[in-house]
Amino acid sequence: MKHFLRKGDFWSGLALAGFGAYVVATARHWTYMGEDGPGAGFFPMWYGAAMVVLSLLLVAGAVLKPGAGEARTLPWSDLRRALTCWVAFVACIALFKALGFMLAFASLTWFIIAVMYGQSHRKALLVAIGGALVFQMLFGWVLDIQLPAGPFAALLSR
Amino acid sequence: MDPIAGLMHGFAVALTPANLMMCVAGTFLGTVIGVLPGLGPAATIAMLLPLTMKLDPTGAMIMLAGIYYGAKYGGSTTSILLNVPGESASIVTCLDGYQMARKGRAGAALGMAAIASFIAGTVGVIALMLIAPPLAQLSLAFSAPEYFALMVLGLAMVVLLAGESLTKALLAMLIGLWIATIGTDLFSATSRFTFGQSALLGGIDFVIVAIGVFAVGEVMANMEPTTAPDVLPVPKGLRNLLPTWEDMRRCRFAFVNGSIVGFIIGVLPGAGGTISSFVSYGIEKAVSRHPEKFGTGVIEGVAAPEGANNADTAGALVPLLTLGIPGGSSTAILLAALVLWGFKPGPLFIQESPALFWGLVASMYIGNVVLLLMNIPLVPVFARLLKIPGYAMYPLVLGVSLVGVYSDGNSLFELGLLAGFGLLGYAMRKLGYPAAPLLLGLVLGDAMEKALRQSLMMSQGDVAILYRPIPAALLVVAAVLLAVPLFKKFNDVRVRMIDQEV
Repeated sequence: MKHFLRKGDFWSGLALAGFGAYVVATARHWTYMGEDGPGAGFFPMWYGAAMVVLSLLLVAGAVLKPGAGEARTLPWSDLRRALTCWVAFVACIALFKALGFMLAFASLTWFIIAVMYGQSHRKALLVAIGGALVFQMLFGWVLDIQLPAGPFAALLSR
Repeated sequence: MDPIAGLMHGFAVALTPANLMMCVAGTFLGTVIGVLPGLGPAATIAMLLPLTMKLDPTGAMIMLAGIYYGAKYGGSTTSILLNVPGESASIVTCLDGYQMARKGRAGAALGMAAIASFIAGTVGVIALMLIAPPLAQLSLAFSAPEYFALMVLGLAMVVLLAGESLTKALLAMLIGLWIATIGTDLFSATSRFTFGQSALLGGIDFVIVAIGVFAVGEVMANMEPTTAPDVLPVPKGLRNLLPTWEDMRRCRFAFVNGSIVGFIIGVLPGAGGTISSFVSYGIEKAVSRHPEKFGTGVIEGVAAPEGANNADTAGALVPLLTLGIPGGSSTAILLAALVLWGFKPGPLFIQESPALFWGLVASMYIGNVVLLLMNIPLVPVFARLLKIPGYAMYPLVLGVSLVGVYSDGNSLFELGLLAGFGLLGYAMRKLGYPAAPLLLGLVLGDAMEKALRQSLMMSQGDVAILYRPIPAALLVVAAVLLAVPLFKKFNDVRVRMIDQEV
């Protein structure tokens, strides 16, 4: 495998070059310079072009300099843990309205403590339930922030 | 309003029971955040910002500023007891502070850190009070071209000192500019980069990006399992937490050095507390009669950097409040907070919002006293926070992030954006893209585009309007700064400064 294919700089540079090209292509549909002065496309055109140039420089650096960006090769075990946490966070958001804040947040807390950190289920449940109750009391009741109640709607509205 | 009258007015505002409580709450929370490694003041201010929207803006600003400067006090505790900086600006304190603790002088080091922070923090507030009003007066002469050039210079400085790779820092800033462009263009009513989503017509709320990149991204980056830290003991009894008169005498110059260097570097965008503490430590070592002892546990090595990183916070508020230019992530979030509350930080800010400006200045005097009184006797309590495991902290951070964003717009779409920006923040950390330029690009992007377009409208599209003396000078300085990495000698110094920060 080519050495640069393992570098984060190479892939992130390519992605950003593509993104910059998208910005420029989109900005071309808007007015660049009108009678009153610069239009909606003026600013995005310039920073989009700068993005393309800079990201290509990054790609070139990753390809031409053998040592550059070696430290940025991604450790997959760390990545897997971080992404698992992120997926749990997204699931919590997806269930936010259906389950209500307390249940969704308690589930996320339990998942992080019991599954990701391997702590006992008892400890995880204790922190999850305690944390959700404290959040509901502090934000829902003291600060009067409207959080989705889910199945507890009737209970919390009393 | 002259400074003395202004300050009196400020104390009348800051000493109301509600504002006093906000000041104590902010400084306490700041200290706690400073003590805990991983979670910085920028993430905390971002998370709490939406929750302060229902509060009185002056009280809320006093609290958020308290978190900002309080974190600098708390950071030293972790540096001294754990040899890990609780806050990036306290990294230099590890060098001598931890060595002092190992020799059984943890109490003196912790006490000196609090005293130096108090002295330099207070000197910094005095300088802020004296310098901000005349600077604001001076900048009244600025119009769109000058502002555009000033923002370019601010961004150039932040980019220069943000990351080892200038290219990546610039790219991060450009992503920030792109996010700032999302929504309806106010000049032409054109929808830009909205992907057909009506929820994006008003743009993306700065708070969502800040919380996502800093708080959620930080939690994801800290997901690796860690072992329990080995915390050195805090001596019992208040007397053992106070430095001796001999220690105080030895630190005389360090107090002056930290105050002046910290404030001056704080005023410069991008430099920040870490660099000011390194510079003041370097000066202290250079003028010392025993430079060889630095790093082995000398008390001046604690006093100088701790003083500098606290004077820096007052310095950083000068460009923020008088020009509307933030110098780093925390001040960028404070700027966003002021804008969200309907204030316009800039040359007219002091005239238009005297209660907020002088109330904030007065609260910083009070806050420094509160921090001194709180930090010395409560150090053992704060030290116990270091034993809280990460797995108990991370759900808390994610929960506050969720509530913060949801309370702002009651929108699941915005929570989805939060998750997206969290992923972006994590990817940036892992790939070595600094987050500060993204945030600065985002917070300044809109104003920068507006200033540029207004300038070109004034000149009917002729860029020569930017060749007027002030904008031309500012743009030349920005260009020179961005050219620094091309010169090996200068770039080595730049990279060394950033490496130390990392």
